[in-house]
Amino acid sequence: MSNQPILEVKHLSKHFDGNGVLKDVSFTLAEGEVIVVVGPSGCGKSTLLRCVNGLERPDGGEILLDGARIDAGADLVQVRRQVGMVFQSYDLFPHMDVLGNLTLGPVQAMKRPRLEVEAEAEKALERVGLAEKLHALPRQLSGGQKQRVALVRAMLMHPRLLLLDEITAALDPEMVREVLNVVLDLARDGMTMMIVTHEMRFAEAVADRVLFLEGGSVLEEAPPREFFHNPRTDRARQFLDTFEFDAVK
Amino acid sequence: MDFDFIQRFAPMYAKAAGLTLRIGLIGIALSLVVGALCCLAKYFRVPVLKQVAAVYIELARNTPLLVQLFFLYFGLPKVGVKLSAETCAITGLTFLGGAYMAEALRSGLEAVDRGQAESGMCIGLTPLQNLRFVILPQALATAIPAIGANAIFLIKETSVFSAVALADLMYVAKDLIGMYYKTDEALLMLTVAYLTLLLPISIVFSVWERRLRYAGFGGAVQGQ
Ligand SMILES: Nc1ncnc2c1ncn2[C@@H]1O[C@H](COP(=O)(O)OP(=O)(O)O)[C@@H](O)[C@H]1O
Ligand SMILES: [Mg+2]
Repeated sequence: MSNQPILEVKHLSKHFDGNGVLKDVSFTLAEGEVIVVVGPSGCGKSTLLRCVNGLERPDGGEILLDGARIDAGADLVQVRRQVGMVFQSYDLFPHMDVLGNLTLGPVQAMKRPRLEVEAEAEKALERVGLAEKLHALPRQLSGGQKQRVALVRAMLMHPRLLLLDEITAALDPEMVREVLNVVLDLARDGMTMMIVTHEMRFAEAVADRVLFLEGGSVLEEAPPREFFHNPRTDRARQFLDTFEFDAVK
Repeated sequence: MDFDFIQRFAPMYAKAAGLTLRIGLIGIALSLVVGALCCLAKYFRVPVLKQVAAVYIELARNTPLLVQLFFLYFGLPKVGVKLSAETCAITGLTFLGGAYMAEALRSGLEAVDRGQAESGMCIGLTPLQNLRFVILPQALATAIPAIGANAIFLIKETSVFSAVALADLMYVAKDLIGMYYKTDEALLMLTVAYLTLLLPISIVFSVWERRLRYAGFGGAVQGQ
């Protein structure tokens, strides 16, 4: 690991219509590290992720990507070429087949030779078990397959950092695993990631650190073992208990 | 039915149909350009242009075409602008059609899921690339039926131009009725001429529409 963190977030704040959604959020993310952000619905997790790749404009504080500030003057297109993001709703391009979805960014945004990208896309698709879907249309895929394609699409940009926002939240339970396995593989390969998830077992397995967010503030930042088994705050304990209840019922 | 009459004047109709078609097609093409420009001004929130487009669209859609034409033929010459009858017709058609095409394109753009634009941004596309590769293809697919309806509407509206001395189909028919009192024949030929023009256009658009539906546009957008 190099000493300069890939991502530094300092005193970040953001409000919508006067409501503070992020309040003085600070943390850093080193190369190869995986940080998992958890917290109750509406606590600002998505907003935090969206600030990091410039989909939302922060109202205060700063975000540094490889030491360079992402702010009003920054070239956000350039930033997004280095920060991949996958959403809950996959958002594959419905008018293109899988290969078209995968090659659009590398070929158009990165100006790489099409043949080279296609070869890479084919190999990447094979690795997530979708080799035979190369020419399928998104609507012909299951949710789990779509989400794996969306992950490959983001990875083919060779991002410095990958943001995942509840990517299994819309999936049937039996498809969650196939998607999370891909993410675990990415983590093993040393991909730097910031992950929002409600899959607590997965969070514990994949995280190097956990950020517990509530009401827009970071209440805890701890290694996963510590956070999940020995949370320091009552709020975190209560939050984790809701999942215990889910497991019992 | 006086078939001699029909035979005698059919070529006249053919020529007039050519004129109607030519003005109609040029008007449609220019309408699409104007409509696209209005839409882009709105989409990219270009200051001033955005407001100009909004005012223009309201104005064009809420005044009768005949009033617009009278303005072109009688109003403009008063302030020293003199256009030929054909230029006037095309200008009028474009003025009207641009607003309708803008609305058709806008509804297409609005139907594209917000997540699509964001996904395009997240793979590093520039706003223009995002529009071209991600948003426009989907927006156009949704807008095709409305664009087709507008195209047919615009060709039919060329008939209004006969009001101001352009030898289009309607003009020829009125002329013949006035001169020979062969109302049935003249109107029959008029109907046939319009159908000959409009049916192929209508068919092309419905085939196009069906093709797009099979290709999975639109339908696939909702099926996340
Ligand atoms: N574009 C927006 N406009 C107004 N309020 C928003 C917007 N996006 C999010 N919010 C509000 O900000 C808060 C945090 O939202 P979000 O970051 O999506 O939370 P989470 O992802 O943790 O569920 C919520 O109260 C939400 O209603
Ligand atoms: Mg969220």
